[in-house]
Amino acid sequence: MLGYIIRRVLAVIPVMLLVAIFVFALLRLTPGDPAAIIAGDMATPAQLESIREAMGLNQPIYVQFFTWVGQLLQGDLGTSLISRTPVASMVADRMGPTISIALLTILMSVALAVPMGVIAAWKHRSAADYAVMTFSVLGFSVPVFVIGYILILIFSLKLGWFPVQGYTPISRGIGPFLSNAFLPALTLTTIYVALIARMTRANMLEVLGEDYIRTARAKGAPERRVLFRHALKNAAVPILTVIGTGFALLIGGVVVTESVFNIPGIGRLTVDAILARDYPVIQAMILLTSFLYVFVNLLIDISYSFFDPRIRY
Amino acid sequence: MFNRLSAGLLASTMLTGAAWAETTVTAVMHSGLRVLDPVITTAHITRNHAYMIYDVLIAQDHEFKPQPQMAEWAISDDQKTYTFTLRDGLKFHDGAPVTAADAVASLKRWGEKDSGGQVIMDRTESLEATDDKTITWTLNEPFVPMLDVLSKQSALPPFIMPARVAETPSSEPITDYTGSGPFMFVTEEFNPGVSVTYAKFEDYVPRDESADWMAGGKVVNVDTVKWVTMPDNQTAVNALMSGEIDYLEQMQVDLLPLLEGDPNLTVEVRDSSGYQTMGRFNFKYPPFDNQKVRQAAIKAISQEPVLAALIGNPEYYQICGAVLGCDTPLGSETGAETLTQGGGMEEAKKLLEESGYDGTPIVLMAPTDVVALAAQPVVVSQQLREAGFNVDMQQMDWQTLVTRRASQSAPADGGWNLFMTNWVVPEISNPISNPMLNGKGDEAWFGWPEDPEIEALKDEFIAAPDLEGQKAVAEKIQTHTLDFGLEYILGQYTLPQVRRNVIEDMLQSPVPVFWNLTKTE
Repeated sequence: MLGYIIRRVLAVIPVMLLVAIFVFALLRLTPGDPAAIIAGDMATPAQLESIREAMGLNQPIYVQFFTWVGQLLQGDLGTSLISRTPVASMVADRMGPTISIALLTILMSVALAVPMGVIAAWKHRSAADYAVMTFSVLGFSVPVFVIGYILILIFSLKLGWFPVQGYTPISRGIGPFLSNAFLPALTLTTIYVALIARMTRANMLEVLGEDYIRTARAKGAPERRVLFRHALKNAAVPILTVIGTGFALLIGGVVVTESVFNIPGIGRLTVDAILARDYPVIQAMILLTSFLYVFVNLLIDISYSFFDPRIRY
Repeated sequence: MFNRLSAGLLASTMLTGAAWAETTVTAVMHSGLRVLDPVITTAHITRNHAYMIYDVLIAQDHEFKPQPQMAEWAISDDQKTYTFTLRDGLKFHDGAPVTAADAVASLKRWGEKDSGGQVIMDRTESLEATDDKTITWTLNEPFVPMLDVLSKQSALPPFIMPARVAETPSSEPITDYTGSGPFMFVTEEFNPGVSVTYAKFEDYVPRDESADWMAGGKVVNVDTVKWVTMPDNQTAVNALMSGEIDYLEQMQVDLLPLLEGDPNLTVEVRDSSGYQTMGRFNFKYPPFDNQKVRQAAIKAISQEPVLAALIGNPEYYQICGAVLGCDTPLGSETGAETLTQGGGMEEAKKLLEESGYDGTPIVLMAPTDVVALAAQPVVVSQQLREAGFNVDMQQMDWQTLVTRRASQSAPADGGWNLFMTNWVVPEISNPISNPMLNGKGDEAWFGWPEDPEIEALKDEFIAAPDLEGQKAVAEKIQTHTLDFGLEYILGQYTLPQVRRNVIEDMLQSPVPVFWNLTKTE
């Protein structure tokens, strides 16, 4: 197992290198000029050129690439071209809101979706099954900003239970954190509940048709034990994959939700950086996101062996 | 007795508590603050930030007239020497007194970057601190608009910084944000693009006069001002309605019905001059290298449909054909009749036919991600097509547009023929600082017109002895600009601001300022 983990971690290096080269090349091929953003509309061509020079943007591309890689190898993500703030501290500031809301979303989604999926499969073709499936289709189809605005209208503007926007770090208390984070997490939960509930239902249906379930029932095992011990555990592997990739997606940035609820997260940082062509920030964000995907996938792979003892690395 | 005493104590504690309660104004501005150096960028959010933490030597009142702010001035009889004397009590946020040497260093750094500043620097014989409080600025020839340029509030006003900060080369951003303005920048609470906090500078000594635009006494009545960025206008509206923010600088006109009838909010126009929206030709390539084709395009355009598509509500737009802006001291609408009243289409078709335009597609760049610039290209394209132009409207994000407009390649090879943008009216209201009125070819603003006549007219403007003389030259500039086709004016608009009624006495001014106002809870 340890050898497997080390091999997987080492395999991340070429992946990251390829990502770095691609990101760098693609960004430099995209039209756009951070110097123009800084200089503003009134700048003359000569002023633009002097800013470009000061930012090092007029150096040959390969020089810029090796400077960047050199910095990266020293653990330095660079400095934002626009705000002149270290990228690492910008990312660190924005990571907190994104991770905490992603965790809350996944927690709420799993708590709701797994029982819903189990019930839908157990009571296959019943009213409960149709209700879960209808909710799933709705959760998947209604755009996330519509759900967000509806929740704000009801719970913030009409009932006044939650603030309409903003973010409070968990360090200032769980109450204030939840008061800000609950609605955005609930908005995202509608999508993830739909996704996980459908996955759970489909896998449970498959497993519930297996011989060993009939055996379990025949030997008189209580239905709850059959469902959760025998069926769900065996249906868990694909569900876990969906949860894992869902989490990685959430960390990668949920720009629309972040905008609707004004959460200073990773998604907005990335979009703002792209619109301003703030190369070091975009490069750092894509590198981090790809690293995160690889890392989450590794965690999912490792967790398989806990649910299915036949899987050995 | 005891009860009465304790009640009295309680009441006095509550009163003291109330008197000591921190007053914070939370505001959503038009954009997130990222660049903190007001000399390196012309971005308005950076200028607005600079007005919070820095002060200026002289400033404009609502009649665009220069007034003393940090300094009084005297002009020598030959109009070549300006002497500025700093007023008493000026201090930087670190406690050091503001000296003439600080002002001189700041003016020199500004003069390297600002277009108006460069014009003054070209005429400067010496700029020096003659003592701690006196700045002596000697020119080699009289320059009548001197005080207008020094007092302007857009795009780069000359803000005064400590000399140690102002000695930073003007191509590099500053890293020390010590100012002497009415608010202090709270470094540890700055999150670029997300939020910025300003604390009242207790040692700031305001002028005695009442505040008027950027001039007069900057009396701060709140402890803290926090600017929060909200990329979604709807979210900001929700936050206003729920009382989470106090002020929204720019409200999208189509969202206004949401606020109607809310007794806690006031929708108002802070700055009636607002924005000018206009378009620019590329003079380097056919067909707009031909004056007749430019004239045909201008004749084809009518402002009303453009403004109706852009703003919709006539309360917030103004038909205006003045190159230097309507309701400004120098603005005139001569020669803009077809732009403002329409009806030029037949003449446009005739001019286009006479010009020998061969139907080559004209590349019109249309930004899709900036709401204030998305409608104009669509309507203008249609009007140009009607006149007989073959328009290739290419949609792109604003960043791509600003890169592409700097390209001097042929339109078919990644260049362009036409684009539109917006300006704050005060920044285009003076021929010296209006970037469109530069006719120096490759040195000019994007589009690169070669126009010796506009340069001669600007020299005439600079030499004019007084406002009346300047007005007469401005009239000639107006006629020439539209006749030569340096640009076409699409009109003016304002975006209303919204404040919760707890905010009172907010100043009318082109720059949203947070002195003077009060907040009651």
